[in-house]
Amino acid sequence: MDQNSITINGHVYQFRPGQTILDVAQENNIDIPNLCHLKGTRATGACRVCIVELEESWGKKLVSSCSSPAKNGMVVHTESPEVVQYRKFYIGLMLDSGNHNCDIGASADESWTDFQIEAMENEQKEELCPVWGDCELQALAYRYQVKGRVSGRHREPVKVPIEKDNPFIIRDMSRCILCGRCVAACNELQVNQAIDYGFRGTNEKIVAGTGNTLMTSSCVFCGECVQVCPVGALIPTKAFRDDRFVPTSTVRTTCSFCGVGCQMDLHVQNNKIVKIDGADRNLPPNNGMLCVKGRYGFEFVGAPDRLTTPLIKKDGKQVPASWDEALDLVAEKLTEIKKKHGPDTMGVLTSARATNEDNYIAQKFTRAVLKTNNIDHCARL
Amino acid sequence: MTNTIADIETSDLILVTGSNTTENHPVLSTFIKRAVLKGKKLVVIDPRFVKLANNATTWLRPNPGTDIAWINGLMHVIIKEDLHDKPFIADRTENFDALKDVVTSYTPERVEEITGIPAQDIIDVAREFAKASSASICYCMGITQHTCGTDNVKSLANLSMLCGHLGKPGGGVNPLRGQNNVQGACDMGGLPNVYTAYQAVTNEDIRKKYEAAWNVLDMPAKPGLPVTEMIEKAYEGELKSLYIMGENPMVSDPDLNHAEKAFSNLEFLVVQDIFETETTALADVVFPACCWAEKDGTFANTERRVQRVRKAVEPPEGAKLDWEILCEIAKRMGYDMTYENSHEISREICTVTPSYRGITWERIEKGGIAWPCPDESHPGTPILHTTQFTRGKGLFHAIEHQPPAEQPDADYPYVLTTGRVLYHYHTRTMTSRTEGLNVMSPECFVEISHNDAKKLGLGTGDVVNVSSRRGRISAKLKVSYQAVDGTIFMPFHFAQAAANRLTNAKLDPVAKIPELKVCAINIEPAA
Repeated sequence: MDQNSITINGHVYQFRPGQTILDVAQENNIDIPNLCHLKGTRATGACRVCIVELEESWGKKLVSSCSSPAKNGMVVHTESPEVVQYRKFYIGLMLDSGNHNCDIGASADESWTDFQIEAMENEQKEELCPVWGDCELQALAYRYQVKGRVSGRHREPVKVPIEKDNPFIIRDMSRCILCGRCVAACNELQVNQAIDYGFRGTNEKIVAGTGNTLMTSSCVFCGECVQVCPVGALIPTKAFRDDRFVPTSTVRTTCSFCGVGCQMDLHVQNNKIVKIDGADRNLPPNNGMLCVKGRYGFEFVGAPDRLTTPLIKKDGKQVPASWDEALDLVAEKLTEIKKKHGPDTMGVLTSARATNEDNYIAQKFTRAVLKTNNIDHCARL
Repeated sequence: MTNTIADIETSDLILVTGSNTTENHPVLSTFIKRAVLKGKKLVVIDPRFVKLANNATTWLRPNPGTDIAWINGLMHVIIKEDLHDKPFIADRTENFDALKDVVTSYTPERVEEITGIPAQDIIDVAREFAKASSASICYCMGITQHTCGTDNVKSLANLSMLCGHLGKPGGGVNPLRGQNNVQGACDMGGLPNVYTAYQAVTNEDIRKKYEAAWNVLDMPAKPGLPVTEMIEKAYEGELKSLYIMGENPMVSDPDLNHAEKAFSNLEFLVVQDIFETETTALADVVFPACCWAEKDGTFANTERRVQRVRKAVEPPEGAKLDWEILCEIAKRMGYDMTYENSHEISREICTVTPSYRGITWERIEKGGIAWPCPDESHPGTPILHTTQFTRGKGLFHAIEHQPPAEQPDADYPYVLTTGRVLYHYHTRTMTSRTEGLNVMSPECFVEISHNDAKKLGLGTGDVVNVSSRRGRISAKLKVSYQAVDGTIFMPFHFAQAAANRLTNAKLDPVAKIPELKVCAINIEPAA
């Protein structure tokens, strides 16, 4: 066999030294489910869902693929009966660990309404989990048909108050599965060091700062933790009550704030941006990361006070005008000034905020139509 | 930037100066912070203890406006201790002797006198910088917004060339661009002296090329006025009309009281924007424009990477695209400028812009390409100057320290420096529409050191009057460890307490950038 090759599900793949089994699988479009893995951070092996089976000389061995380096000659199975059996057990344990009222898929004996009522009574929540239908744990529960109730702790009321004292992020630790992605994102990707693990044993939870709320910690609300949270423990405040059944389209674009040029995905419902996520973790320049402005500063787009009609100053007051009237007036005035005072008495400020195409047209207009080079923008400010 | 953002994380040493990176380029700052986690060195040189200084291995504090002195000081030590990269200097540069002569007098002791940075710190950082296998210099407006801004940048380039840190991974001289498309606006010829890709308007061949491409005659050969001089000419009554597309100079410009008079002097002011602003309020005609999420097009980021902008939502009824409005006016002035869409404009850009020729929308569908990209088979140029500089050899400039235009005195005893905060962007036209951002940063503040506040007998939250020779505003005091005695910081975002009513409009003679980072002010308790 070649140097640096492993066999996954009967196929041979090359790898580079240092890659984990999960890295090799993902690179070759083999789907190994995982809930704690986060590209660019140290593997924690916390969720155990990414377990795979290795064929060893003495028999079978289960290892977590996110923390096991690929080795030459390794033979890996990602969906063997043993793997599936253990994976179901781990998913079940996580469903039991908090308020995860979504294991309806296996409850053939209950109607949807009964389930809803029961969920609301047991958990004293006004509504179902806000990420119902958009939850990695729920998706796995469906995929592996896991019902929960494996540990006898099912739907024990978890009394952790929901944290809502900041304007961007709602934290509901009753839904946290302690996967640690948020901690890794905050400490190893964004390096803001606002959250970490706190307390011990069964009391372990994610804490902000000295154990209070995000608002009192060093959090800068980049929202990276929200983007990586696989469940409904961290959600954006704004989307909390948005209708999750409205069709959503996603558009990839470039952020409009600073010059870093972060790639981002805009989620749009009814011609309104409802959420922004960082794009692909493999896509430069930002590798999926965003800051507070990029992620949450989009409300200007659909703001009610946007300008929607041209204004013309008449007797010292700006009054609404038709497009034709305003365009004619500007063309007429500019022509007049050009003729009377010369092109170099006119200036144009183009914009570091507008697109290349807008800027190109602005300089073409200045040079070819006004016939002056008096064009500049606020690069210096 | 000469190098890429990802490249910063691979540097052996990162020197950040005049950049409040965590607040102004938050995502880029994560690359720096991660490098530090991996054991790389970070030197922050800034008059404020900016947040990134918490992550730094060394923070040096120069007096505002003394950058050339500390850079010359570092070079003095490097040359004296024979730590400079002699092969690089011999092969790739010229005029080294002139540089050597000028830095001879910048002994660490003299530099300490000018900058306030202890002599030993200059020596230590000089050694670290020179011995690093690769060192990246990241700078921002704290370097450029000075009357000696151009010389500050040249000095940083000197330092990088001296140690051979240019043209290789992990090195470079990297200006962090503050606005989403400031790179692109420059690339596209939104400047008074050049067409796209920095082709000079004074060059007749270039002009002829454009006249042919645009089908016009008699294009002007004389370079135009930069914005700062346009405002001066307007003040004097020589500039008659100004057409402003998507900017709000009535908050962002220096010395606003002066700028306001200049704008009012104009015979005709047209402003194109997405909201009513302090600037549209002065306009004779206001056009409602589409915003970023309503546009197809491209931005060029700080790495020169040209990336797609895609339309996600329909604009509000009545708003038009920026380029559409200009084309409509051109047509009415007798010049036909018709485009089907912005993609057609981008194709025209490729034909007249050598560095963008190979950057088609089809090629950047999945990810951006960094210019120069001369043809469609070229992969782009993530790192500049790998084998030679644009002019051939890298030219050392011998530069002497120049004090700021305005120094503190008995009447105005403090230095004011301005900037941005994390939660707002420029004049807040966009960010003020998100409630959460206003919650996090609701109003202007005057950042002052503990000692200075004590001397004044004031504390956080006390309202003060801040005055300079040009204006006066009131805002609340904020006592902070980020401030150093004698230096006050204010964000310029807030029109209600516009820091730019205080700032000095004195310009750098070459780049025409105003000295926004240093002016003299006084602080008094509000009556």
